[in-house]
Amino acid sequence: MSRLPNGGLIDRTRTIPFSFDGQSHIAHPGDTVASALLADGVRLMGRSFKYHRPRGVLTAGSEEPNALIEVGQGAHKLPNTRATVQEVFAGLQAQSQNRWPSLRFDLRAGLDVLHPFLGAGFYYKTFLWPRSFWHRFWEPLIRRAAGLGRISALPDPASYDKAWKHCDLLVIGAGPAGLMAALTAGRAGARVVLADEDFMLGGRLNGEALDVGGMAGADWARQVVDELQSLPNVSVMPRTTITGAYDGGTYGALERVADHLPDTSPAPRQIFWRIVARYAILAGGAHERPIAFPNNDRPGIMLASALRSYLHRFAVLPARRWVVFANNGEGVRTAHDLLKAGAEVTLVDTRKEAPPETTCRHLPGAEVVNTRGRQGLKAVELRLANGDTEWVEAGGLAMAGGWNPGVHISCHMGARPVWREDISAFVPVENAVPGLEAVGAANGDFSTHAALKAGAEVAAEALGVKPVDLPKAEDAPIEITPFWQVKAKGRAWLDFQNDVTVKDVELAHRENMQSVEHMKRYTTLGMATDQGKTANTGAMAVMAGLTGQGMAATGTTMFRPPFSPVQIGALAGRQQGANFKPERLMPGDGFARAHNANWLEMGLWQRPSLFRAEGERTWRQSCDREVKMVREAVGITEVSTLGKIELLGQDAARFLDRIFLTPMKKLKPGHIRYGVMLRTDGFIMDDATVARLAEDHFVMHPTTGASADVLSHLEFCAQLRWPELDVQIVDASEQWAQVAVHGPKAAEILRGPGFMRFANMEIAGVMARVYGVSYSGEPGCEIAVPARYGAALLGWLLEQAKALGGGLYGIEALNVLRVEKGYITHAEIDGRVSHHDLGLPTPEKDFIGRQMAARKGLRGPELVGLKPVGSAKALIGGALLVEGEFSADNVQGHITSAVFSPTLGHMIALGLLQNGRARHGERVRMVDAMSGISAVCEITPPVFIDPKGERLHA
Amino acid sequence: MRITCPHCGARDSREFSYLGDAKMAAGKGDFASVYLRDNPAGAHSELWQHVMGCRAWLEVERNTSTHEVLSIREAGK
Repeated sequence: MSRLPNGGLIDRTRTIPFSFDGQSHIAHPGDTVASALLADGVRLMGRSFKYHRPRGVLTAGSEEPNALIEVGQGAHKLPNTRATVQEVFAGLQAQSQNRWPSLRFDLRAGLDVLHPFLGAGFYYKTFLWPRSFWHRFWEPLIRRAAGLGRISALPDPASYDKAWKHCDLLVIGAGPAGLMAALTAGRAGARVVLADEDFMLGGRLNGEALDVGGMAGADWARQVVDELQSLPNVSVMPRTTITGAYDGGTYGALERVADHLPDTSPAPRQIFWRIVARYAILAGGAHERPIAFPNNDRPGIMLASALRSYLHRFAVLPARRWVVFANNGEGVRTAHDLLKAGAEVTLVDTRKEAPPETTCRHLPGAEVVNTRGRQGLKAVELRLANGDTEWVEAGGLAMAGGWNPGVHISCHMGARPVWREDISAFVPVENAVPGLEAVGAANGDFSTHAALKAGAEVAAEALGVKPVDLPKAEDAPIEITPFWQVKAKGRAWLDFQNDVTVKDVELAHRENMQSVEHMKRYTTLGMATDQGKTANTGAMAVMAGLTGQGMAATGTTMFRPPFSPVQIGALAGRQQGANFKPERLMPGDGFARAHNANWLEMGLWQRPSLFRAEGERTWRQSCDREVKMVREAVGITEVSTLGKIELLGQDAARFLDRIFLTPMKKLKPGHIRYGVMLRTDGFIMDDATVARLAEDHFVMHPTTGASADVLSHLEFCAQLRWPELDVQIVDASEQWAQVAVHGPKAAEILRGPGFMRFANMEIAGVMARVYGVSYSGEPGCEIAVPARYGAALLGWLLEQAKALGGGLYGIEALNVLRVEKGYITHAEIDGRVSHHDLGLPTPEKDFIGRQMAARKGLRGPELVGLKPVGSAKALIGGALLVEGEFSADNVQGHITSAVFSPTLGHMIALGLLQNGRARHGERVRMVDAMSGISAVCEITPPVFIDPKGERLHA
Repeated sequence: MRITCPHCGARDSREFSYLGDAKMAAGKGDFASVYLRDNPAGAHSELWQHVMGCRAWLEVERNTSTHEVLSIREAGK
């Protein structure tokens, strides 16, 4: 057991059982999986990506490259979770990953022996020689070996949410700097969001033995957090990672709501927040960096700051004998903390002039040149200042290689950090993200005092308020002598997660990867879950050493969102499955469901496709019956999906006259006209019926699918083109339910205003707008009532229709009816069709698109009807119309809509055909290259029944 | 990206729909005004409509490289 008898920020009064690879362990509230395993003496927690080297924890935070685990069982399983941030909960089942058959005995560890062949770029080289090997040998092999954890491949049973937050100040990170910033803004009454990825706020204060304001740093942090939580204007968000900075002060944030609770928790697992902030303070601290020396990746070797976190926050001393390897003053701090915890320490300081230290064995100017211990560190080889080497027994090695400010968020809008020679670190540039300022360690101010001061002052300045009083804290100067790699034989790791060693960077350099971006991609440095947070700077330094350019000129690779991994589920939120997109339901939706409708999705709309009667087995049987019913008796169908745009004002008529190709100015009140409108480029935008309700009041019904675009177009014209016209445009599409009643017996239900006439009529006590329009060629009308009466209207109409041998029909029958009459839809006017193609004349007046419609090129294939000839039966929508041999040159058009006409007893189609109007009666061949079907058709006028419209005027 | 609508205040860009070059507002219906557009990397005047708000058409001057919004006014006014 490695748990210390006292101390730590854990609740020793309670224990939590959990398992790792089937082995039972005990944790305390406040533990992570990593700290609890370390406390139980488990050092081996993972295997590396490429060489399957045994690995333990390197860090105590989200930057962890090694200790990746799978959490949960079955569909709840979450791979690539960092053991260093996963809180333990009762019954948690964690598994190690990337090993087979077990963590201790991994057969793929044999790859480590093959490392001379698996260096940087080996993957690319497998493409080259021998060529046939890639496909048969390398690809299957690499595919099997690639990847880290395994997903369950089952649908995720957890729920996720998305939400917005707005604030005056967003504080990213709740260490000393962040807490002071939040306190300053919070006390001044500003709306503050304080977000930290940890479940315990306080940052490094929880992992160090430092005093703030005369008390332990962790206690001070607790006190401040308590005050912040008591302020109604401050939103304290633990377990929340700011994942990215975006335009306009918008930040992405992932809150892990239930990842620390058992799977049975009803809470959403995670919430993805979009936080809009006037100002933001980046106080996310810094990441300590390792030092590259041979075999620096064994379990037991960790960052000095991580070790101090395990000591102070979790009361864990992972080993008794330690070597501390440092290039700066933090080696001494680590050694003191270890000694206090009862450990034996050898302090190896790369600095020859390091201040003398008498509390432990102190070796200035020495280096670590090798380590031993396959599954956990056993001994460390030192090279002393005088060149002698010796082995020292040790179960732990702490590396203090200096700090990398957490610049990531500051780079999300394209800025690159700059190198500061005095502290040997990259820091954010000013104004990298507008409104965001970095403070404290994130800005290269590493002392506690400097962090507290900057947090308070920057928040105060941003909001124009007074900073809160500074508590007293240490203000140690930075004493670092850059030291990146030990020159000694053996592989020295830079990127633990991707198994990138100093040799790989050297190889990349030899193979002419000159920019860090090339080196990154060639070696895979900085990829995967940790994005190289502990690796990048060390690798840049090795590269800088090779090129002799220095760090500033070498630069860094680009940091992009997200800061740490975000589950796709969190980005999707509730927009999954049936909720992927909204559904639009007609007012009569429930009515249709109660009447056995089959359904069709049309864009967002749900529309009844047909109403199946007893004994009908195929959709065609229902459709044919419904068509006959409309042609012979009366049919009822809901058409509420149509756009219903109202235009009011003295100039509404003039406005519509300019919008439509069709003249509208002289339309009389109480009359309706069918019209076509063009886009500015001269092609047809949409068709619509326009009813003039009164001198200054029109209602137009654009096509269902085009109505949103038409509305925007009308508003564009009214606001921008002709602001002098008196016209108001109101979209009333959702306010009205509309039902079509057509057939030879329709008048027996309701005697409407007549064909292309409008009237306000009272129907069953409700005022209705009745439009004498027809999309089926049968007499009748469309009745519009306020949406809440839609279902009642349908019921009232159906009752009477039934007595006449009529009933409900769906969109399939409606489509057949309109093709029989040659009425067009957007299958015909598909955006490439001009009014010339439809045979519509060009009026004298001006209208939108007039100039461009006059272009020669706008005369294309013309609208025709088609019917099969001889034994041919099938006509296929989308099939090509071909003259002679089937070749690209001989294609003369295509079929736009094809249906079976029960009225005529054969298939009919509408199509667009070159010079089609002059070819009625001729023949053309239809070819559907997909199905291989070819048939001869006769070209006809596009109206198949009642070409003179006698039924409508009956 | 956020757009401050003169009627509704600062809103996320997803409330708006984008049309393109503001020159289209003065469209004379000829070939140049229909098809020829500038596509600068930098300041660009564009038409956006607040479709999920007041439905006003706006002329938004925006830096296409940084998404910084430089000015906003009601289009056509």
